[in-house]
Amino acid sequence: MELERTSVQISQCAKTYPDGTQGLLSSSLDVYPGEVLALLGPSGCGKTTLLRLVAGLERVDQGGVIRFGTQEVTHVPVERRQIGMVFQHYALFPQMTVQANIGYGLRLRGASASQLKQAVGELIDLVQLRGLEHKRPAELSGGQRQRVALARAVAVRPKVLLLDEPLTALDAKLKITLRDELADLLRRLGVTTIHVTHDQQEALAIADRLAVMRSGKIIQVGQGEELYRNPKHTFVAEFLGRINRLQRTPQDIANDSVTFAQIAVPCPRGAWPELFVRPEDIQLKPFALNQPVGLITHRSFLGDRIHYRLEVAGQTTLAAEAHRDSPYLVGERVSFTIATEHFIPCESDQ
Amino acid sequence: MAQTHSPHRFPVTLALLTALVTLFMLTPMVLSITAGLVNNYSQGLASGLTTRWLEQVWEGYGDTVLWSLAIATACALITTVVGVPCAYALARTRSRWARVFEELLTLPVAVPGLATGLALILVYGHFRSFRQSFLFILVGHVVFTLPFVVRTVSSAFANRELIAIEEAARTLGAGFSRRLLGVLIPAVMPAIIASALMVFTLSVGEFNLTWMLHTPLTRTLPVGLADSYASMRIEVGSAYTLIFFIVVLPLLWGLQAIANEVQKRYGT
Repeated sequence: MELERTSVQISQCAKTYPDGTQGLLSSSLDVYPGEVLALLGPSGCGKTTLLRLVAGLERVDQGGVIRFGTQEVTHVPVERRQIGMVFQHYALFPQMTVQANIGYGLRLRGASASQLKQAVGELIDLVQLRGLEHKRPAELSGGQRQRVALARAVAVRPKVLLLDEPLTALDAKLKITLRDELADLLRRLGVTTIHVTHDQQEALAIADRLAVMRSGKIIQVGQGEELYRNPKHTFVAEFLGRINRLQRTPQDIANDSVTFAQIAVPCPRGAWPELFVRPEDIQLKPFALNQPVGLITHRSFLGDRIHYRLEVAGQTTLAAEAHRDSPYLVGERVSFTIATEHFIPCESDQ
Repeated sequence: MAQTHSPHRFPVTLALLTALVTLFMLTPMVLSITAGLVNNYSQGLASGLTTRWLEQVWEGYGDTVLWSLAIATACALITTVVGVPCAYALARTRSRWARVFEELLTLPVAVPGLATGLALILVYGHFRSFRQSFLFILVGHVVFTLPFVVRTVSSAFANRELIAIEEAARTLGAGFSRRLLGVLIPAVMPAIIASALMVFTLSVGEFNLTWMLHTPLTRTLPVGLADSYASMRIEVGSAYTLIFFIVVLPLLWGLQAIANEVQKRYGT
């Protein structure tokens, strides 16, 4: 089964709720045909509002335009917008069997009994629910319900697939399995997908591109790797993974360096008052003179790696990550190095 | 044996207490029922058993049983047909007026049935054929029981899960009537059945309001019961109670069984 690839163009869409709250400030975003785009941000950032605007479940404020391909859908009601949507808690029809849930949209479109049987059978194979056709949602596990919800949404061959936190209701381990399964399935279907999540790991694993949102605004859009390595915005740097914020004095800026415990470490040229560095880019070394030094105040063993917190004179506490066999313990003084290219500048703090 | 924190001691006291309370509740029922089956209540069982009072009651008041059941059935049907769409509308409206309306709708439950009855008589009493028909009583029962349906079903519709289910149906292309009939009403079916059952029960037992609305020719079971208590031998009144039990209990059990079955099929 392969679906139509439609682009989604969102231009200057805002949403003001009847009580006056601004759910979304004027935002524009292009989703390419067949792409999986994640809307990522903390709760209340407007990501669900944006998704519901695309779905047609909320009305866009005056002036906003939404297009699917060349067709403008801004005022097309949700029932005729030809989307598929997976809801946070699945919203399956409780009185219908798995089969009836998946076939619901096709039945509405007047599919014949034989067409219905074939299409539903195909979908049941696609999401691996063979044998559960006659069960009701209440008899299924969380993971199975999630698959029914997905099959039901793609059954109607939607132009755009919308996923609203599709994995939040699952436990941690299942989440990872289903996450990879979902990513694979979306690639096979080739359907243009907008995926809302607050979980950066999930966004990185599933989406081709990420749009990071905060306080009703889209802050930065790009591929996950690019956003992780070169965040343009401090919020993106801090939201995607863990990061340390480093302070620089005017003297540091003049010398192209960052100072740790009176030792200057060279960094890229630029007048940034702050620089960022990822915990995994801080290399811990045995104590040595003429190298930055920190005191280990905290150590947690995480299985594949060890997480440290270092107290460093002239900076706030630094987070560092090391291999699981790293020998340093709480109370020890260690030296560390940071490669010049690992300092991340951010242009904007807004 | 200082350590006899015997786990049996407390339950024994509890069992005794339970037995006492049960006895206290059951004795009047049993006495009342047997009173309807003996020849003479003041002489007790010694006067011998008879079904003569039962026959007398059935002859005099048999029609009230049928009318009561007919009114209760009609009442449950009408309140469901009127109440379910009303409940949906209230659950989906955020306006302040909807809340005011909901409060007004609940008034007949709070206001004594006598007052509701009087108001109905004042306004519609002069439509003689209406006033003298069972329809008049039915209207009173609908006014009194409608809030139970609307409240129960509207809170089921307002459930967040139901809101998401409705949105899901919309994204799949279901227009208003198709999602209401095909998805939403089946999804709240347990609440609808439960409220219809409650309306049926309330209507069968309703006395207060019905007493105001009835005429000598339009009497329901409870009104007939009051009548027989007031004007006939104690044995007849008791036989009437017995008939009430015989008719109503199996019916309620049957309906409850149906409701449970629905709950099992549709419950989430």
